[in-house]
Amino acid sequence: MEATPQLIDSVVPALGELPVFFVGDAVNILTRSPIGHYRMPTYLRGKSGTIEKVIGTKAVDNEEEGYGRNAGSKGHYYRVAIPMTQIWPDYIGSPNDGLRIEIFENWLERASHV
Amino acid sequence: MSDHDSSHDHDHDHDHDHDHDHDHDHPHAPITADEKPGYYDVMETAVRELLVERKLFGADEIRRQIEVLDSRTPALGAKVVARAWTDPDFKSRLLANGRSGCEEMGITFYDDTQLIVLENTPDVHNLIVCTLCSCYPRPVLGLPPDWYKLKPYRARAVYEPRAVLEEFGTHIPDDVEIRVSDSTAVIRYLVLPMRPKGTEALSEQQLADLVTRDAMIGVIPVSYLKEAA
Repeated sequence: MEATPQLIDSVVPALGELPVFFVGDAVNILTRSPIGHYRMPTYLRGKSGTIEKVIGTKAVDNEEEGYGRNAGSKGHYYRVAIPMTQIWPDYIGSPNDGLRIEIFENWLERASHV
Repeated sequence: MSDHDSSHDHDHDHDHDHDHDHDHDHPHAPITADEKPGYYDVMETAVRELLVERKLFGADEIRRQIEVLDSRTPALGAKVVARAWTDPDFKSRLLANGRSGCEEMGITFYDDTQLIVLENTPDVHNLIVCTLCSCYPRPVLGLPPDWYKLKPYRARAVYEPRAVLEEFGTHIPDDVEIRVSDSTAVIRYLVLPMRPKGTEALSEQQLADLVTRDAMIGVIPVSYLKEAA
């Protein structure tokens, strides 16, 4: 992320217009099980990670799009970093090895502690 | 990978003796129609004919899209990599925004995906997979190889990436961090491999000739000595 320019604080953004998470935020991945089309692999549900990048372009929610509902469902994707040893307790390799994945906003919640 | 033959998405288990020798990176219909079409062939034809009949798209649009796909090959990605190796300003723009970097070179993103270019360094090795299906940077690399679409690679790349890389002949030392990017959503990835030593005198096109598809997926490095031998 580039340095944040000076913002005019009287502007009120719409709900969902701005990203909710920022680089470095600790997040948990939800464990919900939607019916239909989803893009959140099961092996990562319930895991925790760190926001590495906010994807600049908003995109439609695939779970809505799967039913042909695209209106108003755009949101942010976040590139999330997750240590391999957190996903697989028996992971063989360096403890620095990690996974990266883009996750839609409605799959993430802020972790209670950083 | 050894599971190469277990699940082609096109039907080549028939046993007639045509001896074409092109590699099968691209699905296509058999040259001769000596077999009954399979279940999915019939379904594709039926859906296509219905969509054409209802004028949702026409034969020209199908033919054009095939031309689009045929024009996308790993040679495009190789040109992007070679440009990044030789032009530091381009490289920083490409790493900041992969899609607009490629668009500078005339590579369009017909599927409206974004692209993140992941730079391999002496400290970090990147590997790309799509665990859910076969998401792949088609605008810059064309169609994915068969092993990329098969379950053994998709499952193991995120679970034991170092063992998978060893099977490709790639040994990554333990002090090098492996980052596996699982491309399941709207983002695609391209690995920017390390430029091999001894290539200082090569032209941009000569460099591009060294860069292979597998190096841009992250399963092998780009090598120069082998080429020179």
